[in-house]
Amino acid sequence: MTQDQMLQLMEVSQFIYQEARLQDEHRYDEWERLWTDDAIYWVPANGDDLDPEACMSIIYDNRSRLGLRVKQFYTGKRHTQMPQSRLCRVVSNIEVLGQEDEDLRVRANAIVFESHTRGEVLWACTNTYHLRRLDGQWRMARKKVVLANNHSALYTMSFLV
Amino acid sequence: MDTTTTTDSKWDRLIRPEYVHGSLYTDEAIFREELEKIWYRTWVYVGHVSEIPNPNDYVLKTIGLEEVIMTRDREGQINLLHNRCPHRGNRVCVKREGNARSFTCAYHGWNFGNDGALKGYPYPSGYPDDKRKELGLGKVARMSIYKGFVFGSLAADGPTLEEHLGPARAALDNVCANSPEGEIELNTGFLQHKVKANWKLLVENETDGYHPQVTHASIFEVAQSGIGPLYNEAADSVTRYFGNGHSELDLRPEFRKFNEPMRWFGTSASRLPDYVSKMNARYGEQKAHEIMVDGVRHVMIFPNLFIAEIQLFVLQPLSVSETVQHVTALQFKGAPDLNRRMRQQTMGSVGPAGFLLADDAEMYERTQAGVAQRNPEWLYLGRGSHRERVEDDGCVIGNVTDDMPSRHLWKHYKSLMEAA
Repeated sequence: MTQDQMLQLMEVSQFIYQEARLQDEHRYDEWERLWTDDAIYWVPANGDDLDPEACMSIIYDNRSRLGLRVKQFYTGKRHTQMPQSRLCRVVSNIEVLGQEDEDLRVRANAIVFESHTRGEVLWACTNTYHLRRLDGQWRMARKKVVLANNHSALYTMSFLV
Repeated sequence: MDTTTTTDSKWDRLIRPEYVHGSLYTDEAIFREELEKIWYRTWVYVGHVSEIPNPNDYVLKTIGLEEVIMTRDREGQINLLHNRCPHRGNRVCVKREGNARSFTCAYHGWNFGNDGALKGYPYPSGYPDDKRKELGLGKVARMSIYKGFVFGSLAADGPTLEEHLGPARAALDNVCANSPEGEIELNTGFLQHKVKANWKLLVENETDGYHPQVTHASIFEVAQSGIGPLYNEAADSVTRYFGNGHSELDLRPEFRKFNEPMRWFGTSASRLPDYVSKMNARYGEQKAHEIMVDGVRHVMIFPNLFIAEIQLFVLQPLSVSETVQHVTALQFKGAPDLNRRMRQQTMGSVGPAGFLLADDAEMYERTQAGVAQRNPEWLYLGRGSHRERVEDDGCVIGNVTDDMPSRHLWKHYKSLMEAA
């Protein structure tokens, strides 16, 4: 690994840890600012790669729907997050997969512990990010979250995964 | 077992005209009895023929806790088979869906056609006679298909499916009429949302028009949805009880006031030109206009099929306190522009992360936790009892915000549970 690559990996890792922290702390507006205008936030169902334009996904948000998701939290009436889930996630296995047009493709695994009034749930997922450098800042153009158990029946997952 | 039907039955003590006892949602023995008397006796929705469009397609489904394989055999016939080898009881199919002419038990190699017939087994000389004639996969005792909706009953005798559906058939007819080819398709896969709640809380919620303005205030507020005000005591929307546990929320009186095609779907005819022209071509402009103003209904077919305008839900009980909601977007044959919007809106609103259903799920779970508490023991379902009325066809009508469907559902439930 060259020094430039190491530097890039460190930068990217810091960005991903920051995203994880904002999510754990329910800092929705700061989290929303991490996204580009053409962003896609995708949580597939029933496998890793079923075409989201043809098949059901758990989440398949464009930028405007992602904004709606955030706004819903701020109404104070999103009952399933009242009280908010207590969250703690560990992100690991971060790998830079390569450049794709203007975006850097990055992969990571995450284990998310959720404590909710329903009980405690452990979520495990593989995340693929498309990161873009804009005005000297990293931004997410795409985040795909493949839950390890997305083929089975899931409890409500109303936090930002 | 107590099989008396006297006025002093256990059910009389648990179900009163405007009250139900909390233990109906929490008692393990009652859940076991429901499996026998409701899930394994009445007609239960299993799946739709479009889920297995090609010869030899199959998909795993459930009836209560029973796993069944819904297959389309080589001749195109639909079969409902129990997923259990007659030899040692192993599950013969473990893949959720696929295409297979036969199923082979992985334990001892018994092989079954996708119509359930036993075709062969290893070392046949070890059997004194040919078991292929007498053994095979169990078949669901009765199967009936209405407009592509496949229902099964584990009871050999009972009312026909058409008798069971009664006037609720019109609601299924209506769903299909919204397709320019008169058929729906379910071909986008299901989301599976698990909740810690008794299945009946979900059934009751499906046609509860009292909760949306409260439970869903967050999304109505930010999405500027026009749907919220329709669930209002002052609206002309009604709730209707069809009999046999089936009910609907009927929003058509409100949509008819505006008389605008596709308003029910929060859009306009001009945004769906392809769909509108196909509807006009099939039904003629007048009839097409009426269908597109009315839209798809919001109907619960007891005990497990719910159609909510753009989505189809299937309820699957797992235990007295756990239920899965399987949900998918309705797709209308020949309407790609409408279908795309159906998929998008379905993904936004339902499933584990949905704008709407995540909050419904929260209410089911809080209620489940609440009914396990002791005081008050009873749930009050009296809202609107002074203003319900009976229509000419025998259906009962109430204000859209009334508990009327629940009250009648419980009467029906009681009659099923009292039966021997």
